[in-house]
Amino acid sequence: MNSLLRHKGWTWGFRTTILLYFVVLIVLPILGVYYNSFSLGFGTFAESLSDPIAWKSVFLTLKLAIIATLFNVAAGTMIAWVLIRYKFPGKALLNSLVDLPFALPTAVGGLMILLLLGPGSLIGGMAEALGFEIVFHQPAIVIAMIFVTFPFVIRAVQPLLEELDPSEEEAAYTMGAKGSRVFWRVIFPSMAPGMIGGGMLAFSRALAEFGAVVLVAGNIPGRTLVSSVFIFGEVESDNPVGAAAVSIILLTLSFLILWLINMLQMRGRRS
Amino acid sequence: MRNLWIGLTYLIFFLLIAAPLGKMTMSAFSQGFGGFWDALARPEALHALMMTGFVVIVVTVFNTLFGIMLALYLVRANWIHPRLKGLLNSIVDLPYAVSPVIGGLMIVLLLGPDSALGALFENMGIKIVYAFPGMAIATLFVTFPLMVREVMPVLQEIGSQQEEAASTLGAYGWTTFWKVTWPSIRWAVIYGVILTVARSLGEFGAVLVVSGNIMNKTQTATTLVYQDVENFNVTAAGGVALVLAAFSVGLLLLMEWTKRRKEVH
Amino acid sequence: MHVEVRGLNKHFGDFHAVKDVNFSITKGHLIGLLGPSGGGKTSILRMLAGLETPDAGEIIFHGRAVNNLPPQERGIGFVFQNYALFKHMTVFENIAFGLKVKKASKTAIRDRVMELVELTGLKGFEKRYPHQLSGGQRQRVAFARALAPEPQLLLLDEPFAAIDAKIRQELRSWLKELIERVGITSIFVTHDQDEAIEVADEIMIINQGRLEQKGTPWDIYKEPKTPFVATFIGESTLIENAAELKGFTGIGGGKPTKALIRPEYIEIGSLHEFKMASATEQGIVKHLHFRGSEWLVEVEVKGHKLVTYRSLEKDTLQPGQDISVLVHRAYLFNDDHSWIQENGLKEDPMPVFI
Repeated sequence: MNSLLRHKGWTWGFRTTILLYFVVLIVLPILGVYYNSFSLGFGTFAESLSDPIAWKSVFLTLKLAIIATLFNVAAGTMIAWVLIRYKFPGKALLNSLVDLPFALPTAVGGLMILLLLGPGSLIGGMAEALGFEIVFHQPAIVIAMIFVTFPFVIRAVQPLLEELDPSEEEAAYTMGAKGSRVFWRVIFPSMAPGMIGGGMLAFSRALAEFGAVVLVAGNIPGRTLVSSVFIFGEVESDNPVGAAAVSIILLTLSFLILWLINMLQMRGRRS
Repeated sequence: MRNLWIGLTYLIFFLLIAAPLGKMTMSAFSQGFGGFWDALARPEALHALMMTGFVVIVVTVFNTLFGIMLALYLVRANWIHPRLKGLLNSIVDLPYAVSPVIGGLMIVLLLGPDSALGALFENMGIKIVYAFPGMAIATLFVTFPLMVREVMPVLQEIGSQQEEAASTLGAYGWTTFWKVTWPSIRWAVIYGVILTVARSLGEFGAVLVVSGNIMNKTQTATTLVYQDVENFNVTAAGGVALVLAAFSVGLLLLMEWTKRRKEVH
Repeated sequence: MHVEVRGLNKHFGDFHAVKDVNFSITKGHLIGLLGPSGGGKTSILRMLAGLETPDAGEIIFHGRAVNNLPPQERGIGFVFQNYALFKHMTVFENIAFGLKVKKASKTAIRDRVMELVELTGLKGFEKRYPHQLSGGQRQRVAFARALAPEPQLLLLDEPFAAIDAKIRQELRSWLKELIERVGITSIFVTHDQDEAIEVADEIMIINQGRLEQKGTPWDIYKEPKTPFVATFIGESTLIENAAELKGFTGIGGGKPTKALIRPEYIEIGSLHEFKMASATEQGIVKHLHFRGSEWLVEVEVKGHKLVTYRSLEKDTLQPGQDISVLVHRAYLFNDDHSWIQENGLKEDPMPVFI
């Protein structure tokens, strides 16, 4: 085996296989989508997007993803704080549970929300009696997005809080600063990169979410039809070019966010 | 103040995680253990679980082998120009940014029956889209960064000196990898495998688009859950979903355990 | 092993790390590669080991070019700066690695490892893991591991850099003795001149990728070939215009010439202590520093600050005191060349005392 592998031809073939696999699996499909959406000319691309169902789905996705992200940034920061700073029974359990939404299949997550809040359930019934509609309406989509992106902010803020030197905080106290002042001047700035970075990851994931959303959304065009579900519908109705047009809007947005996160991380490393 | 925050944290965990999980369990057993068993014993449910199993195995094997190799190349190779290496490195993350549905769409556009490549394969008698190969490829696409991103930081941290030392002592690549590199990256690889299994077990969007969700042929456990919900068969969906959830929780526990091992070594 | 290097060059991107280096090393010698950090020493060592590929030039072991041989086939031992011990192997397994790779028999491996364990004073530590050892012990393991496959050439990259100053001294003499006993040609990299002078048979001074000078420590000290070597080895003071000093007027054919003067080139005392009073300068004692075994005296002569030593046996000087200063010799250099010149006014050469 060893002497066989030492041969130059083997090495070369091996390297080529790995890099080719990489390019064919990742790069080619992405280029394919961009190619396809412009394959019938820019006119067709613009036409696909001018369909109100298409652009409304994009805006709806953006709006709901922003709401879900804001919630997660706030709740996630608080939970990270509680899990790092306080000692209380059940802390280790909660800390492990944070990752559950990552581990659970998204379709299962969607089903869980549907069952809990659905028409036949206790909460669903109560909300209906009060005149709220949750499932098959926008609140359910936001809840689904919150569920699947739940761990991002927590996992981004936790290490920053852990690293925070307690002496920095103590120094502020010895200088006579009050609790709230110390929080806003010392603690908050060191958590901020995690909140922004984790928030952006959560946002990009919420934009892309499909499994959980498709099960709980009513998928009514213009009101509860998000982009990923729209794309799925287009594929089902055999209109891949229309699907590709909306796809590249979402893709470009996601790549931008990814790039921004990378830039932020690099700046963080330099400072 | 402190108790308020802790209480709020518990509340969020309860509402967002414990309650839905509990509700789903109850719903799966709403017609007793028999109902749960019937949901699982349906031929399409067994077939779907089997398909999921196949996808998980194939994807995990491929992703592990190629992921380790690529991580080695991206960290160690001096035959790749640094700038190209930087570019490849950022490409690795792209699947994170791609919605699974779009990932599936990409495979359909590239290899579907209407595409040139797809037609070529069809003439050779190989069906890719709406068949097992397409599902595996779509899942490979989605899970691609997991292994690379687990192994790369460990390789960077251990540095190349131990490997260089082995080479000055007469060991060639293969021996060096197994005797020197592997023991250091072992736990990262195991962690990557668990992540890959979890992700390919739960992959839904990409597989749904690529598989066509054909019952008893290309249906996986997650797409069966979707179909059951669409058919208003909530109890059956709950049964299959509960099995998936149990696997996920098991994998999560395994993840916690590996993480601890990883920190020790 | 006889080592020869011809026209060695190496670039890292735009950085020219090694510039046209030539040298040859006699079998059995212990060579120190000395120079400031980032000067290209480690690159040269790594190219000898085959861990880097030279852009140009030849590396010849025993009359055979080894440029195309991978490190595995060069018959070298390499000791890394941070030892690079295999962290999940015991001391025994670390030392045995090279022998196992060569498929030596179990008993042969055992005998050789135990021999090295004895030699390096690691007996009783065979079952320990690297993280259970002290820095000095790790260094010994790295050394034993490199020696185990009986290499022809031993290369050591800053072998003492990661060790406490106290143990370093002890390890230096241990290493020198051990290499002499094993009789292996060795090259080590260091940025510490004391270390190089103490351990090496011969020193090569490397600066900015160039080989500045090669020779025994004494030769290099006595006759530095370049201004860099003169400043790098030993202490010295730089005089911008050497012609101002008595006994050195008219040097360099009128060209601006600088001088480097070592403390031991200077003698100070009352005028009557000198045979040739005309060769002395008048100076003022500026500062006195007690150095444990002698005084370090700073004197000012014509606005130049010179540094010299003075025996504790002689009269103790006071700051501000007038004093006669004799500069026995100086290392002179200008844009064209550099040379060592004796004081022209001094009749009989004074013995040099270091």
